[in-house]
Amino acid sequence: MGMTLTEKILAKHSGRDRVSPGDNVWVDVDILMTHDVCGPPAIGIFHKQFGENAKVWDKEKLVIIPDHYIFTNDKYANRNVDVLRAFAAEQDLPYFYDVGTDSYKGVCHVALPEEGFTRPGEVLFGTDSHTCTAGAFGQFATGIGNTDAAFIMGTGKLWVKVPETMRFVFEGTSLPPYLMAKDVILQIIGDIGTDGATYRTMEFAGPGIKALTMEDRMTLTNMAIEAGGKNGVVEPDEVTEAYVKARTNKPYEKVYSDPDAQYHSVRHYNLEEMVPMVAKPHSPDNKATVEEVEGGYLDRAYIGSCTGGKLSDFRAAAEIIRGNKVKLDTYIVPATTEIARALETETIFGTPLIDIFREAGCKIGNASCAACLGGPSDTFGRLNNEEVCISSTNRNYPGRMGSKQSQVYLASPYTVAASAVTGVITDPRVFIQETVI
Amino acid sequence: MSINQEPIKGKAFVLGKNIDTDQIIPAAHLVYSLEDPEERKLYGKYALSGVPIAESGLPHGNIPLTKEGETDSEFKIIVASDNFGCGSSREHAPASLEIAGIEAIISSSYARIFYRNSVDGGFLIPFESYEDLSTEIHTGDELEIDQVNHQLKNVTQDKVYKIKPLGSVADIVHAGGIFEYARQNGMVPAK
Repeated sequence: MGMTLTEKILAKHSGRDRVSPGDNVWVDVDILMTHDVCGPPAIGIFHKQFGENAKVWDKEKLVIIPDHYIFTNDKYANRNVDVLRAFAAEQDLPYFYDVGTDSYKGVCHVALPEEGFTRPGEVLFGTDSHTCTAGAFGQFATGIGNTDAAFIMGTGKLWVKVPETMRFVFEGTSLPPYLMAKDVILQIIGDIGTDGATYRTMEFAGPGIKALTMEDRMTLTNMAIEAGGKNGVVEPDEVTEAYVKARTNKPYEKVYSDPDAQYHSVRHYNLEEMVPMVAKPHSPDNKATVEEVEGGYLDRAYIGSCTGGKLSDFRAAAEIIRGNKVKLDTYIVPATTEIARALETETIFGTPLIDIFREAGCKIGNASCAACLGGPSDTFGRLNNEEVCISSTNRNYPGRMGSKQSQVYLASPYTVAASAVTGVITDPRVFIQETVI
Repeated sequence: MSINQEPIKGKAFVLGKNIDTDQIIPAAHLVYSLEDPEERKLYGKYALSGVPIAESGLPHGNIPLTKEGETDSEFKIIVASDNFGCGSSREHAPASLEIAGIEAIISSSYARIFYRNSVDGGFLIPFESYEDLSTEIHTGDELEIDQVNHQLKNVTQDKVYKIKPLGSVADIVHAGGIFEYARQNGMVPAK
């Protein structure tokens, strides 16, 4: 009997010929990533457990990307970045992307691929639930806590329970012009629920994958955690190779699922038949088509985060916003500094994206996680009162973006932009003509 | 937490389903040190402060886990419905509950990372019930968890429920966390 991509990676990294779902194995770690929220406590545990003078297992494999609470006056938050800085100096870490320097990146899950740390066939752990994003590159990637991160820092290993795999097969050869990967994953989460993939892998496959860019695939795997998934994964292809090889010279070994691999379940979606979706307050599985909630009240629009703050997300939003004034307070937060620079150089009909947003009256923030998870009270775009927000982010549980009194609709950048222009929840098909095939 | 297998006794604090980590400890509070003995108490103060107050302490609600101005809770055992601890990977979530005085949780199911963090960090024991007990048990009921016989006794209502054995994580739970487990097995040198 064959193995899935995830099973093969875990077998290889645990020195076994094969593993089966339910096996507990100790795996060798290729990359450990941490940030300003969970790095300091992980470092504290590392020193407590391994000694004040302990060194990390392999400084080439530890990546520290401050991104959560950066542009704030909160004294505790700023102290935490100081803790990272001191640790990077003490350990002589080559991959620390410090705040206030040219190397500062922003949101870790987009920065990791940009810097070449997401390579097919490898094992990546990170102290953040959206670490599963990196599975888009055909690797095993999942979120862990501070204790597990400290354990890896000292040993380079971690125990993993081999997950069962749920396969999501995409039919169709293209995404309709009004549809984004965000709509696809909101539909899936709505179908299976926020615990529909708990303890399992979500493997995205089928001919439709070819129609998806690397950033589209990252949107899918990013939100695997919102269905409870341990990891999300896409098999590598020429699109993956082109992205990875432009970013790193490090060798890697591509891994594919066997044709006779065993799956927990298989579900089919035809990309060409899907429609714009939202998740209504207060859960990512509270699905509705945009059509069903069209005209709904809003105070604010937000485009940003690891889920919806990539260059293609802003290009999509700009296509709709171009030539219009926004009727809502509209916040634009590029995930990384690389994307922020690209907003100045990428154009639509000769106008840079950043100018399209500025001329429309959007508020532009600095690259970071910003209001996706609320954060300190002075965080850019944070919902501090009873606002109703439509957002390209990933989570809308009570209080996620700030106040417990606020409400968040999750949607694609197209839908967020369409809603920003009209002032109410709006189907992007109002702006984007359907192509009749 | 109790690393021996003696009964865990205390008052129940009851919650509904999908209690995510932002409700357990809101993101604005993730900045405090977990090492500083005074600063870490703030996690006890704010534990479960993100739960809408009408749904905090069921069935009646409007009960905060820790009273205004306090960092310790009178409650020892959380009883919750499905998917407890979903959302982010913040280990501050089980840590904040432990700091508030919670020793165990009984839920019909858990999100994966919260469950793992609870076990590997040795903060508290996440027990699974066979059925959703969040509608049976009331906040303030006196509970006793019998770890050896896998039973939960509601002393107040004089009812007994079976709970699931810990399974493959039992060794880590009883060791007191992943580091203690690894030391017992020679994977990490003794201190």
